[in-house]
Amino acid sequence: MSRYPVPQDRSEAAFAERYPLLSSAEARAEAARCLYCFDAPCVQRCPTEIDIPSFIRSIGTDNLRGAARTILDANLLGDSCARVCPVEVLCQSTCVYVHQGRPAIPIGRLQRYAMAHGMAPDMLQPASPSGRSVGLVGAGPASLACAGALALRGHAPVIYERDTWPGGLNATGIAPYKFQITDNLREVAFIESLGVEIRTGVEIGGDLGPDRLLAQHDALFLGIGLGPDRRLGVPGEDRPQVVGATHWIRRLKTDPGFRVDGVRRAVVVGGGNTAVDTARELLVLGVPSVQLVYRRGRPDMSGYDHELGPALADHRLQLIEHVNVVEVLDARRGVEVLLGDHSGTLASVPADLVVVAIGQARLDRWARAFPGVTCDDRGRIEVDPHTMATGNPRVFAGGDAVNGGKEVVHAVRDGQRAARAIDALLQEVAGA
Amino acid sequence: MPDLAVDFAGIRSPNPFWLASAPPTNSGDQVMRAFDAGWGGAVWKTLGNPIVNVSSRLASVDYGTWRMMGLNNIELITDRPLADNLREIAAVKRRHPSHALVVSLMFETRQEWRDIIRRVEDTGADGLELNFGCPHGMCERGMGSAVGQEPAVLEELVRWVMEVASVPVIAKLTPNVTDVRDPARAAVRGGIDALSLINTVQSVIGVDLDRMVPLPSVGDASSHGGYCGPAVKPIALRMVADLARDGAVPVPISGIGGIATWRDAAEFLALGAHTVQVCTAVMHHGFRIVVDLIDGLDRYLCDKGLHSVEQLVGAAVPAYRDWGELDLNFHTVAAIDSARCIGCNLCHVACHDGAHQCIHLPSEPQGAVRVPYVDEPECVGCNLCALVCPVEGCITMVERRRGAARESWNDRVAAGRDRVPGGLGEL
Repeated sequence: MSRYPVPQDRSEAAFAERYPLLSSAEARAEAARCLYCFDAPCVQRCPTEIDIPSFIRSIGTDNLRGAARTILDANLLGDSCARVCPVEVLCQSTCVYVHQGRPAIPIGRLQRYAMAHGMAPDMLQPASPSGRSVGLVGAGPASLACAGALALRGHAPVIYERDTWPGGLNATGIAPYKFQITDNLREVAFIESLGVEIRTGVEIGGDLGPDRLLAQHDALFLGIGLGPDRRLGVPGEDRPQVVGATHWIRRLKTDPGFRVDGVRRAVVVGGGNTAVDTARELLVLGVPSVQLVYRRGRPDMSGYDHELGPALADHRLQLIEHVNVVEVLDARRGVEVLLGDHSGTLASVPADLVVVAIGQARLDRWARAFPGVTCDDRGRIEVDPHTMATGNPRVFAGGDAVNGGKEVVHAVRDGQRAARAIDALLQEVAGA
Repeated sequence: MPDLAVDFAGIRSPNPFWLASAPPTNSGDQVMRAFDAGWGGAVWKTLGNPIVNVSSRLASVDYGTWRMMGLNNIELITDRPLADNLREIAAVKRRHPSHALVVSLMFETRQEWRDIIRRVEDTGADGLELNFGCPHGMCERGMGSAVGQEPAVLEELVRWVMEVASVPVIAKLTPNVTDVRDPARAAVRGGIDALSLINTVQSVIGVDLDRMVPLPSVGDASSHGGYCGPAVKPIALRMVADLARDGAVPVPISGIGGIATWRDAAEFLALGAHTVQVCTAVMHHGFRIVVDLIDGLDRYLCDKGLHSVEQLVGAAVPAYRDWGELDLNFHTVAAIDSARCIGCNLCHVACHDGAHQCIHLPSEPQGAVRVPYVDEPECVGCNLCALVCPVEGCITMVERRRGAARESWNDRVAAGRDRVPGGLGEL
């Protein structure tokens, strides 16, 4: 039982897994197919450089603990990464079999298999206590990875999280057919078991502001992610049928009161992965008609084609390119979404639900409250890419707040990089 | 159409594919179904004085996704009454007069051999196979490989049999000897008509690491068994070839050991076998595999312009030589086809860690992949890279002769040029 209870009757609990756990026969067969490349391209393509051929070989020899250990040595969030990583464009895209016109090794699914069967509670042993403490703001993947790595080096990390559940977007933002909040909480429990303290429901500010945190801890890590959903800035978007995508997904994943029963026609606005995920989720929820509206053309979309392509095979989903939402009008039933381009209004689409997935606000003003921390003109915290140190030598940052919104695996890499640099800093201070 | 029919020491068979003496030839029902499926001959499961078997008799080595690359058994000879066996042998022979039906035998006393041979010949069987090979169980009682490992005893038993037998007699040899030519020559001295080999190799297939009992475990213990299947084919090929080129063994050979495909069979034939016997592949996939065995061999003979199996028999034996006769001026180097390379770098790591450090990785990819390159002067032509490469035709060994003339080590010895620098004398 997790320390963080979640409602049983969440809508996401009804979602079937897109890629179920492999059976041992399947896993062994795929492991046997892996060529065990030397200096393998898949490793080079993994942001956390997991030794993929070695863990797959361990699966083949039925050394599942060894396989899990190999993964965790490179990536403490190996379980969520196995399930949410876009392996189609990362490790698996470079599998040498692709050059032979043969199917790539299903690296993500094998990694999940290794984590599911090979994880043991006492698998990683923290170093003896250093007496140093590090404060981490936000309990998303970047902070979890950073805190876990710091705990293993003997430091005492404390994560401050505003939300009810730790995990950040791993808790409230991942498509339910990939990874559910309960899966996330299992992974969080593993990170906690390394010696990480997590305080949820804590707002930074007031009595617990930047100065106080800097006084309480030897170093800080800002894994604050992104802010609320961006708004369209058009007339009529305050109508109750119009919602932000991350807000909507969060309710799908955590709110027992979430319903789409009355939604027969949905419009999703945006071209990124959140927009594509939202469209796919609406289809799974049984919505009869989903329009994906994007201001440019399909080749310009940042949403992965391996996610969009299969969704478009469902005739209920239509992609409307090269248009913007101009206005949202009240209608007898639901709303009318007016679409247009620079030449004017082109079409009106009736909808019961409009999900806006055009990105999230930056928390740059918030970040700049920490002395020495600076942001670029796009609101991203500026860091040294090797150490993740900000302009304040005791303050580090990583994840979406730094890269503007990338994959979980990039956040993990940032967190682990920062942990190495923080460890070096603390040892330096200790030695001085 | 090539002629697949063979005459093996007077035993006629519609094709060279026989079932070896083993579980697939344990009953008349099985052998009849095998003949119906297309098998040319069968060697009946060994007859002997009644025995009892243990339960849990087989265990295997799996490799990757391939099951039963090697199979180990601790089963003994037939555990059915002799009368049942003899009745069924006669019935098979009546139903299949043109197929080759050979009966495997294992007895102890001269009188027992005389009695069983008379009984078996009464069934109409085409020949006898003397089981001097079984390497487990029966050898503890002085039979099977216990005979095959003692040339003098083997010769004596062959004499006993040849005194009374009127059908062709084959001696089946064990590979569990230092030099298989010794028992083969003893059998020839005893007057044998033909030889078959190899019987199984003594083996312990594995250990149950939880219970600390070897496999196959018979409750709380196990015993060594006989190893067969694709894993033993190279051992068998070598022994068949050793006999095929031995002038002191001028009798036909039936090749046995890991044959699963027509290609395996063709290799045995090329190294001097006149027929082949199959067991493990049938235990794995059933009698039906004979269809492709026949079809594949038929097409191969056609493609090579050969008109009979006989023309293939021994075709590679002249090229099977002692090391000292090999050409030292023959030299090859590896060539990597960058258009086919998929960038797995297995050739590089194999060469660097396991061979001669002559395949290197470039720092940058050429096109989509990073193609390793060969330092030709350092390449000894060992073939390892071509063996580990997973892409057909990507690495080829290109001939770069070191001299026009052929020169072997034996030639050098004969010419007094056999001193190689770097020895003890220079220390």
